[in-house]
Amino acid sequence: MQNIDAINNVGNVRPDPKDNYLTNGFSLSSWLLTKDHKRIAILYLLSVSVFFLLGGIYASLIRLELLTPQSDLLESATYNRVFTQHGIIMVFFFLIPAIPAILGNFLIPLMIGAKDLAFPRINLLSWYIYIVGGALTVWALLQGGVDTGWTFYTPYSTTFSNSYVMAVGLGIFINGFSSILTGLNFIVTIHTMRAPGMTWFRLPLFVWSHYATSLVMILGTPVIAITVLLLALERLARIGIFDPAIGGDPILFQHLFWFYSHPAVYIMILPGMGVISELISNFSRKKIFGYEYIAFSSIAIAVFGFLVWGHHMFVSGQSIYAGMVFSFLSMVVAIPSAVKVFNWTATLYKGQISYDTPMLYGLFFIGLFLIGGLTGLFLGAMGLTVHLTDTYFIVAHFHYVMVGGQVLAYLGGLHFWWSKITGKLYSEFWSKIAAIIIFVGFNLTFFPQFILGYLGMPRRYASYPEELQVLNIFSTAGASILAIGLFIPLIYFIHSIFFGKKAPANPWVLPGLEWRTTSPPPTENFHETPIVFWEAYEFGEESGLDLEDARTKYIAPAA
Amino acid sequence: MQENSWVPLFPEQASTFAWQVDALYFYLIAISAFFTIGIVAAIIFFVLKYREKEKYATGAEIHGSIGLETLWSIIPFIISMTIFLGGVLVYYNQYRPPADTMEIYVVGKQWMWKMQHTTGQREINELHVPVNRKIKLTMTTEDVLHDFFVPAFRTKMDVIPGRYTTLWFEATKPGKYHLFCAEYCGLNHSGMGGYVYVMEQRDFDNWLSGTVSGQTPVEAGKDLFEAKLGCASCHQQNDQGRGPTLTGVYGKEQKLTTGQTVLADDEYIRNSILNPTGQIVEGYQPIMPTFKGQVTEEQLVSLVAYIKSLGAGGGTNSAAGGSATTGNTSGGGTMNNASNSTGTIAPRADRGESNTQGSNPNAPRNQGETTAPADRKR
Repeated sequence: MQNIDAINNVGNVRPDPKDNYLTNGFSLSSWLLTKDHKRIAILYLLSVSVFFLLGGIYASLIRLELLTPQSDLLESATYNRVFTQHGIIMVFFFLIPAIPAILGNFLIPLMIGAKDLAFPRINLLSWYIYIVGGALTVWALLQGGVDTGWTFYTPYSTTFSNSYVMAVGLGIFINGFSSILTGLNFIVTIHTMRAPGMTWFRLPLFVWSHYATSLVMILGTPVIAITVLLLALERLARIGIFDPAIGGDPILFQHLFWFYSHPAVYIMILPGMGVISELISNFSRKKIFGYEYIAFSSIAIAVFGFLVWGHHMFVSGQSIYAGMVFSFLSMVVAIPSAVKVFNWTATLYKGQISYDTPMLYGLFFIGLFLIGGLTGLFLGAMGLTVHLTDTYFIVAHFHYVMVGGQVLAYLGGLHFWWSKITGKLYSEFWSKIAAIIIFVGFNLTFFPQFILGYLGMPRRYASYPEELQVLNIFSTAGASILAIGLFIPLIYFIHSIFFGKKAPANPWVLPGLEWRTTSPPPTENFHETPIVFWEAYEFGEESGLDLEDARTKYIAPAA
Repeated sequence: MQENSWVPLFPEQASTFAWQVDALYFYLIAISAFFTIGIVAAIIFFVLKYREKEKYATGAEIHGSIGLETLWSIIPFIISMTIFLGGVLVYYNQYRPPADTMEIYVVGKQWMWKMQHTTGQREINELHVPVNRKIKLTMTTEDVLHDFFVPAFRTKMDVIPGRYTTLWFEATKPGKYHLFCAEYCGLNHSGMGGYVYVMEQRDFDNWLSGTVSGQTPVEAGKDLFEAKLGCASCHQQNDQGRGPTLTGVYGKEQKLTTGQTVLADDEYIRNSILNPTGQIVEGYQPIMPTFKGQVTEEQLVSLVAYIKSLGAGGGTNSAAGGSATTGNTSGGGTMNNASNSTGTIAPRADRGESNTQGSNPNAPRNQGETTAPADRKR
């Protein structure tokens, strides 16, 4: 039982300050050549945040331009580049890596009781690939950017666009390998490096959802790489693949593109769902309802997600029968998402719910994901999507899923594990205020867009009919509130690093393995290999938590 | 979208299937509201009721329930199937043009819509149609993808280079409705639009007669077929030429040298002009040269219309309305020249007005665009 004692008492031990991963070396090379998954996660945190800021600046420009019906702040030429670059930066360089590469990288080894990922060097390589791909893309943006839309539809992208299509395409191509290698690393790690006693069904659901995400990354990303390659062949060598003028088929591009990009939508939401499962269960201090159903629904989403790409193409001349199959499967893929929402809600029943900031994000997520998911049904219904596709309805829908879903989950996860990552506590007051501002700002930004979409406002329009201005003003007003909400965490997070209170190892007294090591953890994660003897989400004494001790230790000073 | 309310919430309904799309929309709103309100209410109730009583207390020992999991998988599945079926039914109506339609040809190009009535009238970024008539648009594009979208009709269809797509509607209410390009097409994408004018039949007839028409597509096609491109030297009427006679071909199954059969529709005729060796009719040699790069999309539309007219009854003039004004255009006979000149559509008071409504940001720069060379060499 020595191990268990070591785990339980770790909060009392004052380890050597040199002993945590942040103090293990201060030189630049100790960071840039690190093989520690936690330091690599920090590298990702910094670089992904830069891209988030960049994508956010583009978003602000879009909303400011759309304040008036005329194309006045930005000319069409600029506007087309701005929305394209907003999409590319946000999708490929923020949403896809955000949760897996930052939180997943940091937490998967901790959660399964491993010292690191299976391939630490490949992990570092993934980050460098990401940086090279990102730098190339940013370079192309500075040179003049790209104006094809993030979807790169042919033949516009191969024949007509005079922008930096190839440089950005290459950036995305390179970046794809970062995803593939990260996914590979996660899968091997989860298979081979679980601590003794950490069976598959004792894994936190965060790990399950990352397993599903990794499957999609490995199987889907090569397809976008191939697609970009074909695009390059046509654009550079004039080999007719997509442009009918030289014998190609423009619809083929759409098939290939969405064969990756629809599953990629699940790369962008599954990790968020994993975070939410953690938040809801941990802050209800109750075993998650229907563990196996949530775990397998992630796998089901990953599998079915590969079979629904054609629902992006209902008006592209696809046969009605193909359309029917895709519509049917799109309805089917909605079920596992619904199952998750019902299980999260049921988890709250008879829980011991606390209202900490991460939980606020968890609850907001469910509400917004509900709207995002249900409006997905609108778009899966063929007769309705004929009217809705390519309008602001679809813009609102995917922002509800991507921002209301993934970004809120990312922020919730960042707040939840911030003390573990940095060893510091942030301001509970300001974090709650920020969460509420973000929630209000988000809804004000995107809800009016559903109405705009049904009214018929097409997406990617620099100018629009005057009667639609009022709703656009709401949306822009909401966007400024959202922007304020997103800046507040930046301030209190940075503040906490320098002035924040020191975090205990396990501030909420939770059973997960990541909470059974110091905050921040030592470089090797655990001083001794943990042995797992409790089921997932056991909040009682049977999981080895000393609740009485925790009450005296954490509550007394506050009271 | 011509409501006067301060915040518009709902677009105008102006086609026969608009109400069906709207019914589906409200059905989905009802379902969404039911689940959203139900679940959010449950969450709020649980969060308030089960707020932690004591720090670090453990929630109830509930692990799950197979019964509930089954229930909340099957019920959403059934509901989603009703949505699926509703969607298919409505889509079927939008997708399948009925038999007795009035046909209009549409060619999209960066960044304008060129409409061509079978009676010879041409329009740019405007489409005049009679109310309560089934209209079928046969569409293609000279360059990139576009999408013909009329929100009031609740329908849209991508316009794809290298093939024909169709869109149909039957307008139910006279009026002026937004026409948008809904597929991103480059620089002036948001300017590629205009209006669809739905008119009473009488007004439409007036509009037709008051608008100078150029050659009808059939006439222009005949011109190309017999003179400009010289198709008729091989495709003779009497089956003695090197190529098959095209009289009566349209709409019939053709037997190919490969043993397959293919329906001679718009798409097939288009492909046979651009890629003649692709599908050879049985009994003929693959000797026809390609006309790729020599004919514009509009000329192709005319050729198809002409060959179609040969199939309709062997006559060469199935479109009666426009023949009287043939040759009046300053640009001469070919479709291509005609399309370069706005003069093919005589200025009329109501047209002039609609173009001077400069307050509309979507109003394209009609006149300026159309005097630019229509042919874009790549």
